[in-house]
Amino acid sequence: MGALFTGIHKDRGLQVILGLLFGIAFGFLLQKGGVTSYNVIIEQLLLTNFTVMKVMLSAVIVGMIGLALLKHFGYVQMHPASGTIGSNVIGGLIFGFGFALLGYCPGTVAGAIGTGAIDALIGGVVGILIGIAIFVELYPRIRTHFLGKCPFPAVTVQELIRLNLWLTIVLMEAVMIGFLLMLEYLGY
Amino acid sequence: MVLILEFLTQATWSPYVAGAGIGILVCLAFLLSNRPIGCSSGFVKAGGLIEKAISPAYAGKKEYFGEIVPEIDWAFMLIPGIVIGAFISSMLSGQFQFILVPEMWSATFGTNPVLRVLVAILGGLFLGFGARWAGGCTSGHGISGSIQLSLASMITAVCFFAGGVGMAMFLFYVIGGA
Repeated sequence: MGALFTGIHKDRGLQVILGLLFGIAFGFLLQKGGVTSYNVIIEQLLLTNFTVMKVMLSAVIVGMIGLALLKHFGYVQMHPASGTIGSNVIGGLIFGFGFALLGYCPGTVAGAIGTGAIDALIGGVVGILIGIAIFVELYPRIRTHFLGKCPFPAVTVQELIRLNLWLTIVLMEAVMIGFLLMLEYLGY
Repeated sequence: MVLILEFLTQATWSPYVAGAGIGILVCLAFLLSNRPIGCSSGFVKAGGLIEKAISPAYAGKKEYFGEIVPEIDWAFMLIPGIVIGAFISSMLSGQFQFILVPEMWSATFGTNPVLRVLVAILGGLFLGFGARWAGGCTSGHGISGSIQLSLASMITAVCFFAGGVGMAMFLFYVIGGA
């Protein structure tokens, strides 16, 4: 099985087609989940409608168990990246400002275009491409001055809390499911 | 069969069902493509291809394009795929509709399309810039990274929402006065 999947991974032509197919399935699910809508995303950021968090957390709740099982049986490798305050916290906050101003993120902006949102195309995509072009210009200096600054103490959660993978997953699942149950209980 | 058709033509699914589907999709991406689902690198590739088309020599000098190579590959194709998938979904449920100024925006800031598009461009700029600064976006860090129990990804996702909630409240409650 392992060899079969390695062969698939190395087939560049097939991977181009798979990228398109994964995109189609992802876009379909984003639209069905309601999160390609500007209104739904802004209501989430104003904390009046928690659809975006419900979609994201259920994806993580299911995916975390699924991926750990696949890894346990040797079918996949994980690639968790290490991070820093200089990169993840600063970049994350800048992203958040853009998230609220635009009302879409890079995935949902593409999904919104598919549902007919013209502001996502002539505003969102144009802005994203300009923002990326500026980042590409400044990258050598941003990397030197920010990206490596203040690394986090661990790469994964289980390393941080010094627990084995499955116990950490049980703990994380309990926290996430508990949060969703609380949202439902509070009527969101 | 009829039940499946009814399911596919529903306007929206429970966010838990759609989310669970996305979780399974990320697992399949690791299995079949040995990678997470992340959207912002596809935009880097698109931007790089545009720069390369305008001036190959200039784009060739950019260090960042050595790390994220501008080419038509999995990450690039994901973006048109999402457009097509959302189009199919919204057409099946009869929700497809051309909109220039969304309802939540016009309720506070009016229906002027120029204002909406200018702020959307500014937002996109911060979004693209911030996504590359943080090394990923809502899908790459927020979902795929968290699924791998990446500490950096979870912290990044919290910052996405912290920045987003702060700016949305400033925009709608302070500037908009709603």
